[in-house]
Order: sequence, then structure tokens, then C-alpha cells
Amino acid sequence: MKTMRFSEAIDSALGQAMHQDPRVLLLGEDAPLLRRNLLVRFGPKRVRGTPISESAFVGAAVAAAMGGLRPVVEVYMVDFLGVAMDALLNHAAKIEAFTGGKWTAPVVVRAPCGGGYGDGGQHEQSLWGWLAHIPGLTVVVPSTPADAGGLIFAALQHDGPVIFLEHKLLSETYLEFLGSGGRRTVHYDVPAEGARGPVPRTWEPIPFGKAVLRRQGTHLTLVSVGVGVHRALEAARILEGEGISAAVLDLRTLTPLDKEALVEEAARTGCVLVIDEDYETFGLSGEIAAVLMEAGVPFRYARVCTKTTIPYARGLEDHALPNVERIRAAAAEMLHTERA
Amino acid sequence: MSTDTWSLYTLMKKSRLFEEAVGRLWHEGLISGEMHLGTGEEAIVAGVVSQLEPGDAMALDHRGTAALLMRGCDPVLLLRELLGREDGLCGGWGGHMHLASKEHLASCSGIVGAAGPTAVGFALAAESLRPGAIAVAFFGEGAVNQGMLMESIHLAAEWNLPVLFVCKDDGWAITTQRGPLFDESLADRVRGLGARYLSVDGVEVEEVWRAGQNALERARAGKGPTFLHARCVHLEGHFLGFMLLRMTRNPFRGGPGMTASLARSLLTPGGGTLRERLAGLRRVLSTLLATLRDPRQKPSNDPLTRARLALLTDPARLQALEAQLQEDVSAIVVAALQEAAA
Repeated sequence: MKTMRFSEAIDSALGQAMHQDPRVLLLGEDAPLLRRNLLVRFGPKRVRGTPISESAFVGAAVAAAMGGLRPVVEVYMVDFLGVAMDALLNHAAKIEAFTGGKWTAPVVVRAPCGGGYGDGGQHEQSLWGWLAHIPGLTVVVPSTPADAGGLIFAALQHDGPVIFLEHKLLSETYLEFLGSGGRRTVHYDVPAEGARGPVPRTWEPIPFGKAVLRRQGTHLTLVSVGVGVHRALEAARILEGEGISAAVLDLRTLTPLDKEALVEEAARTGCVLVIDEDYETFGLSGEIAAVLMEAGVPFRYARVCTKTTIPYARGLEDHALPNVERIRAAAAEMLHTERA
Repeated sequence: MSTDTWSLYTLMKKSRLFEEAVGRLWHEGLISGEMHLGTGEEAIVAGVVSQLEPGDAMALDHRGTAALLMRGCDPVLLLRELLGREDGLCGGWGGHMHLASKEHLASCSGIVGAAGPTAVGFALAAESLRPGAIAVAFFGEGAVNQGMLMESIHLAAEWNLPVLFVCKDDGWAITTQRGPLFDESLADRVRGLGARYLSVDGVEVEEVWRAGQNALERARAGKGPTFLHARCVHLEGHFLGFMLLRMTRNPFRGGPGMTASLARSLLTPGGGTLRERLAGLRRVLSTLLATLRDPRQKPSNDPLTRARLALLTDPARLQALEAQLQEDVSAIVVAALQEAAA
């Protein structure tokens, strides 16, 4: 079986898409170096570096998509989308509605996200809930190389704007560039199954809005995306030793949200624990609760999320992000109170 | 007032020694994540910060350690913050890109260009609350292409605010080289936005000091903002462990892997024409070659080496000063690494 690292899989899928569709081009900060392999394969017209002018080049990518291209625009970190938010909030997300569905902006925004390597609160956010809040944006958060490649491939066939979030702990490129910088003296808790994994020989699109059950379980269902899926799997292995059988559901995309899979799992185990590296309030975890309540399934609910600005200090950071122990404790508490 | 090279050199040397110690701690793994040192831009920082008065504010970028240190921020607290300790300057919450000291009206940001609006706001507050006080913004040349910074220059000019915009120009926005358009148009661009433009050699601390004095005097007198452009070289590249520098300093470690994957990509079926592929390869190679022509190795590009020349007239005093500073910084490191009081 062929295996790839996370970012390698994304670039491989991008290469296939660029080969099959001449309208696909990449642009972004330091793209000539970060995407050097695609640059020497496709040439400088299709892999373009940009100045540090996010509002201009993200906005331009949106309109280039409206103009017929299929741009993949890359920013260094999802946190920096703050600078370019207008292009997404008021333009990319709106054009389809404004034209009664006659015109769309098929742009893909590729942005590294997430923490766990001590870079501080302006550089480690997740923000997928913030983005998914806006009607018109598709938000993708893969957890394995195969999903990363298949979902970016799907994004390039999708008619509207897609935000593709690449977790830095999974990305060998970004973790090396921003985290270790060639050092062997630092250690990050990288989920091995997310960082490298089997990939198909040829990329096929993975449909949006289809969750995957990563682990079967009967007592409760852990629901997450990105690195949170791997933390949940690790917690589930520990819980097994405590006599608790936990299923793990990987949503893969926030919008569209696989409501069917959520309802099915909630009905099956009756107990849902959401693990969200994004902020707790007004986000994915609350949305899942609302979806399940609207569906009328009886279920117990708890969440392990990031509640504050992410601290810089590694110890504080580890506690702020949903770590394995927090997940284990929350699950044990849910089932303990249920059984009591 | 005239420049005092001894005191400027003291500021710069202390900052250099401090940041070199930070670099060692980073390499030892005691500091996580990214680390952007200000080594190489000390003359620009010292030339300006040495002239700040109580009540003046600083809007800093992701490379703000030197400015805070020179402004008088407690070095032990500063270092503890970089070490991610709860007894650090920001309780371990900020880290080196997000340092802030309310006492010094100084705030860092890792968002490129954010120093612009921040300085304008600080100046607006100064205008009514601290008449005569000013705000200074430090940023790199890459930030000048950021809308919010250009808008801020215009806003400061429009409102005639006491802002000094300091552009520390090392020619590189991470791995992207400053283009010819930038060089040709910067002065016109700044003047077009309504601010005064000065350009100095940022490796010469006295030159920076004089331009800074002129700009600060004008700002304090209500004569509006100045944009000070100063060239420099970042001795450690964009940040510690910077891939391009590692490649060129030790090509046998990272080089072969990169070359092999580039060769594979160049030959992968399906893609651009040979001409396009070669153009792509040239783009990658030109970045690497530009790094190879490493201006960091030229001692004349080191502001400390330059300033030191003038002080060699009194070698005994210089030696004593440097020994003292080394001792001071060693004591800071020891104090910072001490276990927190229970």
C-alpha cells in the first residue's frame, strides 16, 4: 500500500487536479518555496508567490474564481485570514445567493490551523466554527493523509468557496517550518496515523458532508475533526481499559455537517462527547447539540473544547487544548453519572 | 543633544548578548515554536528607542524583544516569558510574538502590518492624554505591502498625528525577496499617502539616531508623522532554524532530499511545458542562490561591528564595558532560569 505524509498527500492531489484541469492555479505567501515541487512541474504562471497582502490576494482569488479560474489560495495560518476576512465573508460567501445561484466563486482557501507546538494565541487558532458560521462557505478539516488528498481534490470540483484547514501538527511542512526549525530538542505530540497514512494510487473526490466512524463503540460516541479525532481515538483506547466502549466519529467537514451520522450515533449510544479544538462557545460543539435536539433524539451530552485564548507556555497550552486526559475524564464522568 | 555612541553601543550589545542567549535556549529546546531574533537590526531599534520619553508608546511586530529590552522592560521577566513561565512578563500567555507591557505602552503583534493601526491609535490617545508624547511603529519592509499599514500612514498624515513609522528593511519577507518595484516606489508611495519620508543606512546607529531625532522632534511639535526607512540584515534570517539558511549553511543535510524531490517533480509526466518547468526551477534556484550570497557574513553588515569601530579609540573602556555586559546578561539568564518561588 502506498503511504504519504499529510501535506505530501495534499500536494499530490493538487498536482493531479492541476494536470487534469488547466484552470487550477496556486497562489500564496512563499508559495514558490513551500510548493516548489508543483512550481517546477507546472511553471510560475500556475504557482505564484504573493506579497504579504492578504486582503488583496485572497480577494483577487475569489474574483479570479468568479472569472473562471479555479484558484487555490494559501495563507500562512488561518489566524491571518482575519486580515482578508471581507473577501470571504462578504464576497465569496455571498455571490451565489446574490445571483440567485447563477454565479459562484469556486475558490479553495488552504490554511494551516491548530496548536500544540507553542506558538501562542495569535498563531494556533482553529477558527473553523467561526468560518462555518457563514452561509455559503464549505469548511473542511481532514484528519488523515487520504482524507486530506481526497477532500482537496473534491474542493477543486466544488462549485462554491471551500476553506481547507490543514492542521499544523499533522503537516510535516508546517511543523518543521514553524515548530522545530530543524531542532531535535523539542517534542510535539504528533498523531502518527494522521501524519502519515495509506493513500490511493489515483485521487478520487471524497464527498463533503460524509462523516466516518473511526472506531466502533457502544457506551458513548466521541465526535471530532482534525487532530481532535486522534486525541479521541487515544482516549478511547484508554477508556477501553476502564471498561468503557467509545465510538469515534470523524466529521471531516463542518459544512456541510453530516447530521444523519450524528443522529444515528446519538440514537445508538445515547451519549455524545464532542471534542473540539476550536473555541467552546458559539461553535461546532453547540451546533452539534442543537442538531441533535432538533432531531428529537434523547441523548446525554458533554464537550471538551478550547475555552480561552490559547496560552503560549507549553504546559498551559496542553491544558487549554483538548488533551487525552481531559477527554478521558469527561467520558468517564458522563458514564459514571449515567450509571449512578 | 548629540549622539552618545557609548550608550548606544551599550544598548545594542546588551540586546545582542541577550538574544544570543535566547537563541541558545531555543536550540536547547527550552523555548518552543518560532523565534524571530532582532540580531542585525539593533542599530535601528537603539537609534529610535533610546530617544523615547516616558509616555511614548511602541507598536511592535513579531520581532519585538530588542525594543522592549532597550525600553527598559525587566529582562528577567522578558526572558521568563520567552521560556513560557507563569512568572514571565505576560504570565506565560503571550510568548515572544505576543509580548506586551502596559507600563511601557508597548505591544507586539504577529500579524504583519498591525503595528501601523496600533501606532496610530496610541498616537491618538497621546494627543489628548499625553501631549508631546509620540507613538512609534516598527515593522519590516514586507509589511509595507499590507493594506492596513498603508491606510495607517495615510490616516496618521490626515490627522497629523505624532507617529514615527520605522521600516526595518532586510529585503526578505520570509522567503520572498523585495522586488525592484518596491525599491523604486517606496518614497513616492509614502509621500503619496501624505507622510514625510526619510531613508538611512540602518546599520549605522548614529545615522538612525539623527534621523530619529529629527522625526521625533517634529512629531512632538505637532508637525505630523514621518516614515523612516532603514536597511539592515537579519543575521539569523527570518527566524531561528530558518530553512533557507540551514540549506545554504549545511547543504549536505537538507540539500539532497530537496534536490531529489525537485528532480522528480521536474520529470513528472503531466504538467507544464519544458519551458515553463525550467522557469519554475529558475524561480526556486534564484531564491536559494540569493540566500547563498549571504550578506550576513559580511562584518560590515553587522551594526555592532560598525559601532564598535568608533569605540576602539579607548580599547580598555570597551573591553571593560563588554565584560560587564556579558556578566549582566549571564546573571539575567541565571535569574530567569531559577525555579519560581514556591
